[in-house]
Amino acid sequence: MFDPLMIGRFTVITGHYGSGKTNLSINLALDLTATYDEVLLVDLDVVNPYFRSSDYAVMLEGHGVRVISPTFAGTTLDTPSLSAAVHGAFDTSGAVIFDVGGDDVGATALGRYSKEISAIDYDMLYVINHYRNLTAEPAEAAALLTEIEAACHLKATGVVNNSHLRDETTAATVLDSLDFAGQTAALLGLPLRFTTVPKRLAQEISGIPGAAGLMENAYPIEIHVRTPWEEAS
Amino acid sequence: MKGNEALAEAAIRAGCRFFFGYPITPQTELAAYMAKRMPKEGGVYLQAESEIAAINMVYGASAAGKRAMTSSSSPGISLKGEGISYMAGADLPGVIINVQRGGPGLGGIQPSQSDYFQATRATGHGDFHLIVLAPSTVQEMTDYVFRAFDLADEYRTPVMILADGMLGQMMEPVVLPEPKTEFPAKPWAVTGHKGQRTHNIVNSLHLKPERLEETNVERYQRYDRIKATEQLAEEYRVEDAEIVVVAFGASSRIVRSAVNKAREKGIKAGLIRPITLWPFPADAISAATDRAKAILTVEMNMGQMVDDVRLVVCGRVPVEFFGRAGGIIPTPAETLAVIERIAASLEGGAR
Repeated sequence: MFDPLMIGRFTVITGHYGSGKTNLSINLALDLTATYDEVLLVDLDVVNPYFRSSDYAVMLEGHGVRVISPTFAGTTLDTPSLSAAVHGAFDTSGAVIFDVGGDDVGATALGRYSKEISAIDYDMLYVINHYRNLTAEPAEAAALLTEIEAACHLKATGVVNNSHLRDETTAATVLDSLDFAGQTAALLGLPLRFTTVPKRLAQEISGIPGAAGLMENAYPIEIHVRTPWEEAS
Repeated sequence: MKGNEALAEAAIRAGCRFFFGYPITPQTELAAYMAKRMPKEGGVYLQAESEIAAINMVYGASAAGKRAMTSSSSPGISLKGEGISYMAGADLPGVIINVQRGGPGLGGIQPSQSDYFQATRATGHGDFHLIVLAPSTVQEMTDYVFRAFDLADEYRTPVMILADGMLGQMMEPVVLPEPKTEFPAKPWAVTGHKGQRTHNIVNSLHLKPERLEETNVERYQRYDRIKATEQLAEEYRVEDAEIVVVAFGASSRIVRSAVNKAREKGIKAGLIRPITLWPFPADAISAATDRAKAILTVEMNMGQMVDDVRLVVCGRVPVEFFGRAGGIIPTPAETLAVIERIAASLEGGAR
C-alpha cells in the first residue's frame, strides 16, 4: 500500500482537465492530517468554475485542513485572482498541497510561485487518466506535461496513475491502465509514484492473482468530487 | 470526458469542420477543445471578434453547404439572436450550443435553465422556431450534437443544444460515435454555378409581402411535420405514477434521485424528461396526465417550461412548480419535500 507520507511535505498536483486532481488533493490532505499539525490545501485553479477544492472547504476544514481559495471562488464572479493568503503556504512547517488548474492554462497560475517553490524541497506530481480523451496514449500524456512544465516553470518529480471511469470504474479499469501509466512515466523519465484505487474496489483488486504488484503501490481513495444528484460515498 | 469537450468532439465526428466561437464561462472548454482538434482534422477554428460575428460566420459557412457550429452561454446567445433569426429566415442548417448560466443581464457563471423561453419562443425576431434538444448526461451531449446536425440538414433549420454549466463542466464516461462519412446533398448551397445552373440565392430578404408570407407559411408547414415526427421524451417510472414530475437537463438528474426516494416512501412518483424542448413532447405528457393526479415541473429558473406543461395539461389536474434560480441547483432532498407535500395534499382529498 502506498503511504501518503511518501509524498513531499510540499506537493504540487498538476494534470489534464478532469484527470482527478481535486479528488486526489482532497484525499491526500485529509490523510496528512493524521501526521501533520497543520495541513494546507491551496486551490490554485483559476480556470475551472466548478468542481474544485474550494467547493469542499467546509468538509475539509471540519477535518482540520485549512483551505486557501482564489478570492472569488464559488461566487458568480468570473474574475481569476489569487489570494495573498497563498504566501502563507511558504511560511508553514505543516504539509502543503497545491491543487493546480488543468493543462498548461491552469498551470500558468502556478508559475507565479515558481521562484518560491523552486527554493524549497518540493514534489510536483503529474496526474494521468488513461480514459481521458486526448491524453489516452502515453505520448499524448507525456506531451501535455511538457506544456504544463513550460507554463509553470517547474519540473514534475513523479507521475500518479489516477485512471478511472468515475462510477463505472471496475478492477479491470484500474488493472488495464497499468501499462499506459508505466509507459508514460518511462517516456518522461519519472517514477510512477502510485496508482489510485477507489476504496470500494481495494479488497477485490488485492484478491486478484497478479495484482499484488499493483497493491504494493496502490493508494486507496474516497470519491469526494460528485455531482449534486449523487449520494456522498 | 468533460461535457463541453463531448459537445465539441461529437460535432467534429458529425462532420462539422467550421467552428466559430467567442469565449464565455461556462462553455470555454468547448472552444479550447475545438482550437486544438480542428486544425488536425483540416477544419477551421476561428475565434471571432464577437458573438455577432461568430453566428454570421456560421451563416456563411452553412450557406456554402458546410456543417458549421457556434457555441456560447446565455448573454452570448442573446447577442447571436439576430443572426439566428437570419439563418431561420434563410432556411439555413447549423448548430448553436447554449451552455446556460444564471441571468438576466450579466448574471453569474453558475448553471441555470433560464433561457428556456429564449430557446423555444423567441431566440430572435420574427416568426420562427429552432429545434431545441436538452441533454442531461455527457453521453447525451455527444449523441444529441451528432443528431442535431442531421436534423438541421433534414429540415433546413438551425438546431440548438440547450445545456447548462453543470453539464458542461462535469465529467462522465462517454462512448463516442463513429465519424460520419456520408452527408446529404445540398443542391441549394451557394458554391458557384460555374455556368452550369441558375443562381442559388440564400437570403432572408423578400421585397414582396406575398412572397414573404409564402416563405413563412411553408416554414410553418415544415414545423408541423417536425411537431408530428420529432417529439422526444424519456419516461421514468411513469406507468403507474400519480405524481408526474416534468424536468429537463440537469434538473432531471435531481428529480430522478427524488423520484427514487419518493418511491422508497411508497409515493407513486415518475419523471418525464423532455428531450426535445421544441417540439415540446406534448403527446407523452398528455398521455401521462390521463393517469396522473398531479403534475410537478422542476426547473432551474423562476418557471418557464411550466407554461408549456400547463398548455398540455389544460386544467385536467393541478400543475405545480418548483425551481431555484440564480445559478443554484435544487437538491434531491428539497425536491423530495415538494413531492411529499403534493402527495399529502392528494391524500387529504385536496383535489
